[in-house]
Amino acid sequence: MSNEIIKTEESRRKFILKISLGMGGLATIAVSIPVIGALLAPLLGKEEVDWVTVGAAKDFKPGTVTLVTFQNPDPKAFAGVTANTASWLRKGFNNDFIAFAVNCSHLGCPVRWEENANLFMCPCHGGVYYHDGTVASGPPPRPLSEYRVRIYKGNVQIQTGPIPITNLTATRK
Amino acid sequence: MNQLKKIGNWLDDRCGYTENILPLIKHLAPPRAKWTYVFGSATLFCLILQVVTGVALSLLYQPSSSLAFQSLNFITNEAAFGKVLRGIHFYGASGMVLMVGIHMIRVYIYAAYKFPREMSWVSGVILLLLTIGMGFTGQLLRWDSNGVWSSVVAAEQMGRMPFIGKYVARLLLGGDTIGGHTLSRFYSYHVFVLPAMIFVFVGLHLYLVFRNGISEPPKAGRQVDPKTYRAWYQNMLKEKGVPFWPDAAWRDTLFGALVIIAIVALAILIGPPALNAPPNPAFIHTTPAPDWYMIPFFSLFALMPPAIESWVIFLAPPLIVLLMLALPFLSNKGERSPVKRPWAVFGVICVVIFMTCLLVIGYKAPWSPVFEAKPLPLSAIRGNTADSLMQKGTHLFYMKGCEYCHQINGYGGFKGPNLTYIGNRLDLSLIKIRIVNGGPDMPSFGGTLSKDELDALAEFLSQQK
Repeated sequence: MSNEIIKTEESRRKFILKISLGMGGLATIAVSIPVIGALLAPLLGKEEVDWVTVGAAKDFKPGTVTLVTFQNPDPKAFAGVTANTASWLRKGFNNDFIAFAVNCSHLGCPVRWEENANLFMCPCHGGVYYHDGTVASGPPPRPLSEYRVRIYKGNVQIQTGPIPITNLTATRK
Repeated sequence: MNQLKKIGNWLDDRCGYTENILPLIKHLAPPRAKWTYVFGSATLFCLILQVVTGVALSLLYQPSSSLAFQSLNFITNEAAFGKVLRGIHFYGASGMVLMVGIHMIRVYIYAAYKFPREMSWVSGVILLLLTIGMGFTGQLLRWDSNGVWSSVVAAEQMGRMPFIGKYVARLLLGGDTIGGHTLSRFYSYHVFVLPAMIFVFVGLHLYLVFRNGISEPPKAGRQVDPKTYRAWYQNMLKEKGVPFWPDAAWRDTLFGALVIIAIVALAILIGPPALNAPPNPAFIHTTPAPDWYMIPFFSLFALMPPAIESWVIFLAPPLIVLLMLALPFLSNKGERSPVKRPWAVFGVICVVIFMTCLLVIGYKAPWSPVFEAKPLPLSAIRGNTADSLMQKGTHLFYMKGCEYCHQINGYGGFKGPNLTYIGNRLDLSLIKIRIVNGGPDMPSFGGTLSKDELDALAEFLSQQK
């Protein structure tokens, strides 16, 4: 009889312990979801893209490369100057445009257009690209990235995009 | 006085200082654990210094992408003691990285990671990684154009991870591009997340010192045997041990104080690193470079063969960390003395030399074009300088960017071969072929130069002998 009471008491304790641990787990999950959500927030939003005007098509000289700057889509009020992005805009001789990302495909440093040498050069690790964005020398694993570009009502428009991130399997071709 | 003593006794009784804390402070340390044992505590002193100055800086710093730069200018130029605080925090970080490194080398050379201190080593490796994380996120909070591009470079490295790289990069930047969220996330990592983890692991690291005791200085021939070690160690302490405070701790205190005085002196005499341009990602005329403790990795990125680089960026860090964590499990008994472990000493020397070389070469950065190269002076060139073709060639050598990468008589860059005596190695036609076609690591200039320009440039180069 007394043994049975002890057994019931034991199973009651085990039950209560399970309940408390379960409630603790529930509380943890309830807090974790918003916290981890905030941590992973950048992955949850969708990629914003937008066409932005960078100048009148006729103002760019054929055969030249110009640095154009624009704002990222939907900049936050607290972004300040960090909302800006630049692109090297090349106008060909057939009034065609290519908009290169300024980021070196090696590790993302800003490449400079050296007009006389007709080359893009990176100050970080010596990456060099030809005027068409292909790799001329140095460590870059692939050509310069390009943004989409269009002429709209006589204006050159660039489609904004993420900072180009080179992946493991990138090739120079 | 008597009253004070009474209050003291009451506090002691209720808080248990004499009962619980004093034995920890006075725990026995092995004899002869002298000056080589001060680097761990010096790291801890640096950490405390970083916490204290970090709190002071956070009173002044605005952790927002748009305002951080202005607040840094305010801290540096206007705030009371702001410049010195920035300096102490900067040199404190350097000191901490340095002390962590020396501490780790000491532990490795003395094989103090062997039984029963494996977990001290494991927690130490984690603390090393957290320290590097703090160093990186901290230099980024210096939110000028260098800070902006440092975060891009970090995101690019993450991008090399297979499958998830793009997402990790995006997570790190707080979005697709640099923007409002970038800095506040790094601020949170630097000020809350990483320090919280550091406190946890420092707590464990110190607790393990009490649990397993300070490792005794090794003696050649004295083997660690997990079966008998603990008993032997306790016996040795009983016979020859000295109380940690004050017999051993005075050295830690003295050395720690000297380190901190040196850091403050550097902060006053040299000051914090200057801020460069505002954090505008559209401003591209900047040369991003990390602080000195990251420079060796920066150099490695320039010097590795491009074909394997992406794989190394993604595979090397986890492999190195795994190897470091595995060390005490691969070898946890036997000899501890460096005299009997010459390969361990040799390995350390190799790593130190390797890292130092990468650091030194990183500051020279011979792989980068020298954008600020000036036109060659007449005194630097040989040949018939009155010849108009020669003059044109000299001008083109500068204009077309050749000088960014090639030196003539001490003027120009280092990326390509020195051309001071190029006329001895290649004749006119070979020079032309090389310029037109380029080389394995040289752009081809065939499409850039007119025939006249090519003739002039080749003529100029062929006379350099």
